[in-house]
Amino acid sequence: MRAEGATLGTPAGGHAAAHHEHRDDIGSKTGMWLFLFTELLLFGGLFIVYAVYRHKFGAEFHEAAHELNKVMGVTNTFVLLTSSLTMVLSVGALQRARVAESLRWLGATFGLACCFLVIKYFEWSAKHHHGIWPGGEHLHSLPPGEGMFFNLYFMMTGLHGIHVLVGMGVMGAIAARIRSGHVSASRYAALEFTGLYWHLVDLVWIFLLPLFYLTN
Amino acid sequence: MAESKTGPAWTGSYLQDYGSRRGLLAWLTTTDHKRIGLMYMAAMFAFFTVAVLLGLLIRLELMNPGMQYVTPRVYNSLFTLHGVIMIFLFIVPGIPAVMGNFILPLQLGADDVSFPKLNLASWYVYIAGAILALMSLFVGGGVPDTGWTFYAPYALRSGSNVSLAVFAAFVLGFSSIMTGMNFITTIHRLRAPGMGFFRMPLFCWGLYATSWIQVIATPVVGITLLLVIMERALGIGFFDPARGGDPVLYQHLFWIYSHPVVYVMILPAMGVISEILPTFAGRTVFGYKAIALSSMAIAIVGYMVWGHHMFTVGMSDTARRVFSILTFLVAIPTGIKVFNWMATLYKGSIRIEPPLLWALGFIFLFSIGGLTGLVNGALSTDIHVHDTAFVVGHFHYTMFGGAGVGLFAALHYWWPKVFGRMYNRKVANWAWGIFMVGFNLLYFPMLVLGIMGMPRRYADYLPRFHGPELVSTVGSWVMVSGIILMAWNLVRAIKRGAPAGDNPWGGTTLEWQTTSPPPQLNFAASPSVTTGPYDHTALRAAAAKEAR
Amino acid sequence: MHDSHATGAGAHAAAHGGGHEAHAPVPTGTFVMVWVALLALTLVTVAASVWFPGKVGIGVAMVVTPIKAALILMWFMHLKYETFVFRAMFLSAVGILALVMGLTFFDYSFL
Repeated sequence: MRAEGATLGTPAGGHAAAHHEHRDDIGSKTGMWLFLFTELLLFGGLFIVYAVYRHKFGAEFHEAAHELNKVMGVTNTFVLLTSSLTMVLSVGALQRARVAESLRWLGATFGLACCFLVIKYFEWSAKHHHGIWPGGEHLHSLPPGEGMFFNLYFMMTGLHGIHVLVGMGVMGAIAARIRSGHVSASRYAALEFTGLYWHLVDLVWIFLLPLFYLTN
Repeated sequence: MAESKTGPAWTGSYLQDYGSRRGLLAWLTTTDHKRIGLMYMAAMFAFFTVAVLLGLLIRLELMNPGMQYVTPRVYNSLFTLHGVIMIFLFIVPGIPAVMGNFILPLQLGADDVSFPKLNLASWYVYIAGAILALMSLFVGGGVPDTGWTFYAPYALRSGSNVSLAVFAAFVLGFSSIMTGMNFITTIHRLRAPGMGFFRMPLFCWGLYATSWIQVIATPVVGITLLLVIMERALGIGFFDPARGGDPVLYQHLFWIYSHPVVYVMILPAMGVISEILPTFAGRTVFGYKAIALSSMAIAIVGYMVWGHHMFTVGMSDTARRVFSILTFLVAIPTGIKVFNWMATLYKGSIRIEPPLLWALGFIFLFSIGGLTGLVNGALSTDIHVHDTAFVVGHFHYTMFGGAGVGLFAALHYWWPKVFGRMYNRKVANWAWGIFMVGFNLLYFPMLVLGIMGMPRRYADYLPRFHGPELVSTVGSWVMVSGIILMAWNLVRAIKRGAPAGDNPWGGTTLEWQTTSPPPQLNFAASPSVTTGPYDHTALRAAAAKEAR
Repeated sequence: MHDSHATGAGAHAAAHGGGHEAHAPVPTGTFVMVWVALLALTLVTVAASVWFPGKVGIGVAMVVTPIKAALILMWFMHLKYETFVFRAMFLSAVGILALVMGLTFFDYSFL
């Protein structure tokens, strides 16, 4: 017998050709968590920058934070927290083999993610309108500490926003795979991992809220 | 399980093509960890050759005082490129991506790593990063001239193509992370039945500690490098003193990654040495648990010492004292390893073979590297030698004398397993000797020059430094001759070497239980483990039986 | 939200190999309670920062935010139901980040 499966490669490649499907969900989950750690440390680097400059420019940070729209920040927190709930409900429904329900919850999560980005868009464009934008005129004329605050704000919420976008893309792909039956009650790991990623995005936001919006 | 394993995949070599794909295409689409290891080796040694040539050029310019061959601007680009290629394209992937990929699953008794596709992807990401790095030489503002460290604020202002080179380093980081994730998962999930963590070969322990550093530290430099790009593109001012930013913060973030990463280079090499010594001493390793756990200790302590790269940049005195004390802590687990290695050799039945020579060379050179490290780690002496040729000598003793020689040792040890052929051992011994002489001629004068006050990264120098600089340049020619002889000998063996047999060295770890070269799926029967990794009793009994 | 309140433990038939996951789904009610707690804690933080700006507000945020993070990690991200290895790995990663951040401040908080 030829071992073609091994060259094409499924997790733990070699086994695939030899005997029945060999799957290591715990191994995959280990890999997923390791990936989450890298995400955590990626934001961690920015948190270090934030901590240093907050320490250095405490007063300016408080001053600059007044410019941010608290209502929008808190609303977005509620939106993301709720999207985390709909995400776990989607996983739970799939585990219980309720495919349609799982897809509905996943759709709701996707919708809430959209909602988050729309609110973010209005927030950013309001700032942009006032010339507060990385490289913008007004931002450069601000005192160094306040400029630092806004640049950090844009870098951190920007990186977070990119993660939201990526999450939405992954949700779309997973929805297609649930519909086609590749992701199902007996193999729901892909949806579960999407959930893990999404909760991490939520987790980062939970820290961004007090660091930027509640700093006065 | 064993009965289902029949057919060519378990009898022929992994070097043969299976399935419908043939030749180059079969290699480029493979998910076999052994083939991916060799693909990494081919790419890495191509870059290594380039970087060695750049190094020779640097030495040539420094042979005599005055400017002979290049302009100072070109000289800056030479050492930047030499550093970037050697660090990001050669030593960091170095042993993990080549020997780790090849040997780790074999030593664990597994068919492959946990995520074979991710493994292949990591190679492509590595190649993509390398291409970006090469592109930065030819497009835009010209070859980067910042040094491999990309220090702010110069990296923010340099007209050369820093952004692309920085982005290349960012991409290469992904490749490193993928390998790390793969190895951690593989070690957790795919050990052979009976192989607890403390029955794992020490090379696997080295890779385990390494992989954690790759996963946890690399993202920090990733975001730092992205910030440099944003700074150059948008002027966000995080590291720019003109906008209230702090260039020293860049150094903090850079070394938070780049210090731990020197342990990514050295820990697998230490693992290799821990494999070679018991084999050629014919006895079990002394202090197995101490060596295993000291790898983890080095990984953890390695996170707490980055400040020793910054003693002269104006850090607070408290920070300097704290980092200096913490730096000395690294010497403890390192010392534990060295003493246990020595104790392993003590009263062993030692056979002098090329891998053992390289391993002993490692211990000798790395000890010099480590001890000169203490000079840098001590606050007061570091003020004197900081940014001098002493530092250059020190890190070449650790990085090249340690990680590089560790890789050469690994090549000589596992070459017969990888290709099933034995190289000419006499030539290998000669190559080792020439290399060792050349190495010390090349780098020891740098230690002297540094103490005398010769700054690093200078294209020109005062006439009083001429003697040692000349010796160093001649040493570079001797050392490179040794490397060429070694490479010729190894490459020649692939086709012309005598068949090596499954276990030419009398090794006790699992990779020696399969054929050389191993079959595509590694083991005809899945191995199980009942003893520690370096138990020679079975081998010795078999040898005694044969003798009778 | 209430229609999915079944416990259906045996609903999935995944377990026929060594590494296959087989734990029972967490009841929906648990998740809803966690969600309510997260919203409530967010309101507490916001209220503290509005009514007691300055030290108290920041102090409340510094206490409450990690609690919120723990709720997400333990329940939504399942760490409570995983083996010890996952929690240990997570704690080491976060521990290293905290350690590094702390050491950085040896430079910035001292002369």
